[in-house]
Amino acid sequence: MVQWTDFERATIKAIFAKIDSAVVGPAALSRCLVVYPWTQRYFGKFGNLFNADAIRSNPNVIAHGKVVLDGLARAVQNLDDIKATYAELSVLHSEKLQVDPDNFKLLADCVSIVVAAQLGKDFTPEVQAAFQKFLAVAVSALGKQYH
Amino acid sequence: MTSLNAKDKNAVKAFWAKVPGNEEKIGADALSRMLAVYPQTKTYFSHWKDLSPGSPQVRKHGKTIVCGVGEAVGKIDNLTAGLLNLSELHAFTLRVDPANFKILSHNLLVVLAIAFPTEFTPEAHVALDKFLASLAGALSEKYR
Repeated sequence: MVQWTDFERATIKAIFAKIDSAVVGPAALSRCLVVYPWTQRYFGKFGNLFNADAIRSNPNVIAHGKVVLDGLARAVQNLDDIKATYAELSVLHSEKLQVDPDNFKLLADCVSIVVAAQLGKDFTPEVQAAFQKFLAVAVSALGKQYH
Repeated sequence: MTSLNAKDKNAVKAFWAKVPGNEEKIGADALSRMLAVYPQTKTYFSHWKDLSPGSPQVRKHGKTIVCGVGEAVGKIDNLTAGLLNLSELHAFTLRVDPANFKILSHNLLVVLAIAFPTEFTPEAHVALDKFLASLAGALSEKYR
């Protein structure tokens, strides 16, 4: 089981209390689709992803970005059992969506960068370490049911 | 990985124009983050007395690194040739596992996102990510 220090728990919860998933989610997802364009392979039904502007304003990207961040928020509510919390989601991503789990890390990096830009100097190295540890745990849990 | 096209190069040069004067601040921040968030990277600096963020050695070395990246921006049309000496240094003397170049690149991007939140658009991000990947490739040239 993952061991969280008091600092890590407090930091992760504080970040999610501060950020708006309706802002960070879409920003992170659209950034991922622009910076790592091969990730667009999973969003064939989303319509126009032709360029950065189209991606940024695509209503499906915006809606789905929020879904992803809300999913991460659920993990924050269950820090001591993220693996169980994400078991169904992992099966979904593996069997139905068939997402290469390497992509989770790419999206996680984009989430880090968007949150960094939002929090500015409050995103200290120690805060970054706690936040990236959380994302790594979430990413790992999402990949757990792949076989 | 993909090579840089004209659009990438222009985006990198335009963005990097903001850096001169801030090399130490950006470099120290990126290096501090790398050491804090990826503690395995500390193994390369066991000869330093103080690895804490903002220590004199971290600040000095951070500046060295960012100045090096700036030099690479100037040689963006032929990174492999331009970085031959640095590649030999990293390959034969420093022997840094190239996986760490990716780690440092990520932290550099985090710092740039914080320092320039409006200018570090997804478009600038992808150009810089490609550039740093190419830079890492050029640095790895002489490894084997």
